[in-house]
Amino acid sequence: MGIEYFVGIDIGSTCAKTVVMDKEGQILHRLLRPTGWSSVETAASIQTELETLGVEADRSTVVSTGYGRAAVGFAAKNITEITCHAKGACHIHGTDDLTVIDIGGQDTKLIAVEHGQVTDFVMNDKCSAGTGRFLEVMANTLSVTPEELSNMARSGGGVSISSMCTVFAESEVTGLIGKGEQRENIAFAVIDSIVKKVASQAGRLKMDQKVCLTGGLCGFDYLRERLSSVLHCEVCADPDGRYAGAAGAALSARDSYLKTLGK
Amino acid sequence: MADYRKMWEDLGMDMENHDNLCQVLPTAVGDVFLSQENRPEAMDFWDLVISEVHGIRPAELIEAQKEGRKVFGTFCVYVPDEVVIAANGIVTGLCGGSQFWVPDGEKVLPKSTCPLVKASVGARLGRTCPFFRIADMYVGETTCDGKKKAYEILGEDVPMYIMDVPQMKREKDILKWKDEIAEFAKKVEEFTGVTITAENLAKSIHIINEKRKALARVYNCRKSKCLPISGRDALLMTQISFFDDPERCAQMCNRLADELEERIKNGVSVVSADTKRILVTGTPLAVPNWKLHNIIETSGGAVVCEEMCTGTRYFENLVDETKTTLDEQFMALSERYMKTNCACFTPNTGRIDDILRLAKEYQVDGVIDCSLKFCCLYDTEKYAVSRALKDAGIPVLSLETDYEDADAGQLRTRIGAFIEMLS
Repeated sequence: MGIEYFVGIDIGSTCAKTVVMDKEGQILHRLLRPTGWSSVETAASIQTELETLGVEADRSTVVSTGYGRAAVGFAAKNITEITCHAKGACHIHGTDDLTVIDIGGQDTKLIAVEHGQVTDFVMNDKCSAGTGRFLEVMANTLSVTPEELSNMARSGGGVSISSMCTVFAESEVTGLIGKGEQRENIAFAVIDSIVKKVASQAGRLKMDQKVCLTGGLCGFDYLRERLSSVLHCEVCADPDGRYAGAAGAALSARDSYLKTLGK
Repeated sequence: MADYRKMWEDLGMDMENHDNLCQVLPTAVGDVFLSQENRPEAMDFWDLVISEVHGIRPAELIEAQKEGRKVFGTFCVYVPDEVVIAANGIVTGLCGGSQFWVPDGEKVLPKSTCPLVKASVGARLGRTCPFFRIADMYVGETTCDGKKKAYEILGEDVPMYIMDVPQMKREKDILKWKDEIAEFAKKVEEFTGVTITAENLAKSIHIINEKRKALARVYNCRKSKCLPISGRDALLMTQISFFDDPERCAQMCNRLADELEERIKNGVSVVSADTKRILVTGTPLAVPNWKLHNIIETSGGAVVCEEMCTGTRYFENLVDETKTTLDEQFMALSERYMKTNCACFTPNTGRIDDILRLAKEYQVDGVIDCSLKFCCLYDTEKYAVSRALKDAGIPVLSLETDYEDADAGQLRTRIGAFIEMLS
């Protein structure tokens, strides 16, 4: 029995994404689950789920990525999320020249891809400013979901948060709530802070080509619109954007399989 | 392992805390060095030295002190060893490269000080490093604001002499540095009671030149596509060379170079052919800081050169040995030292030229420019470095880190992605 399934597993800090592809690069399955406290256990439960879906281990080749990539014991190879996001985003957006903005749970990265090759990238430092985690903490403080926060921000304005640090920004938001500031305005300030943080990173990268947003926030239209306006370019998104890393890993699995066939 | 406890006690060290340090080092050495395959046999010398880093050499220094010799502790490749050695003195490096010493440094320094400075001050004040206890005099220099202010604090605890390094490289600055060297020579004579003559200075200039040539020979072998030594091993050699007797250092480096040259002839490489060749540049990696090299070399890369003070800046350029008067010799020393391209100078385009040249000579696939946190000088130069490299078509990754392990995962991702990018 030959290899039929190409599995990419992207264990992020918040969510674990899995993509199963066939030989033609068509996505057969998308799985999403919270990473939880143990990447190893998450990887094991993904393995079980794959078996249930009929994606048998002996007919699959697996590549893992993301911050928990080393925890996927059954992966043939692990590749960094930078390479995988770039590859996956190019596939999803059908282009080889692309700048990817990936807002993840723990880090934000901007990746320039030319002719299908990563040529440069920037990542935020170890603090969580401008990441999904930042948004999540602020949404909790405002008792809304991150998506509601993004929608709410559209009708707000006039307020800004100066702290980049999530912990300090949270106290700043609490202070604003205490002063009786409207929730929409605080939500605006939160999105504004993320957008500015991304924009400062973008200053160091090639931006004069197609730009896309991937990661867990790619469906947040208002965030994307604000990014477009601050970066002076249209930032596009695809519903599969949050699977970009996993798709890139699956494509890498497929590439190495095709390479071995070629030999 | 020999028992050095009595020696450490006599040095007034904090035994309990020092034991904690001694416990973690063997594991680190095992993980970083001994786990490597196919290492050059001549690394046995450095394995031995690092396994008893707070024992063997400190014991030698104490013996020398008993004979009346003075030990000078230094923090920078701008301080001329030749002057000290001419007066029968001994030079030992003092830079701290471990997180272990940082908390003691933070007791007196702002947190936003570079970890090298914090660790160096912590090692002295916490009494957990024998070299910091043994040195009779510390010789500082004005190569960064953090060190300048830290020296004021150290000076309250130990005799401290400061050399004023110029900030530019005009003709008058080279003359000024010559005067600084001459003044330092006076201080050394006073402290050691030995007169520096053209004869003993010529001899020490020769000794240090031979050491530089030996280090350069090892580095030269790293230019080969058939890489005979890992970056980690080469880094260890360089780091230890700051502490060792210069003549033995030259002898051991030459012995290693003999083996490496033989390896190249026989096609013996420590890495597979698809390993990406990396030049690292930036702030120094003081012993036992092996974090960057270790991550690079366990992520599909090999470090083939360090454009650093713990690297090419330490041994490139020789002092003219043909001069016969002290005045001419001081000038020759100044001219050699002023060729070292440190980010404390402005402008510092020479460093960019060095990086571009080294990238070519060492046939590198990419450059990693890494500075220690809060080092404003090297951090700021990253902009010009990365622009020049990009213009030359050489991929570059800029990083900032400290001595903590907290960012190891993020560094591994960045470095891993960079190496994937080179494939």
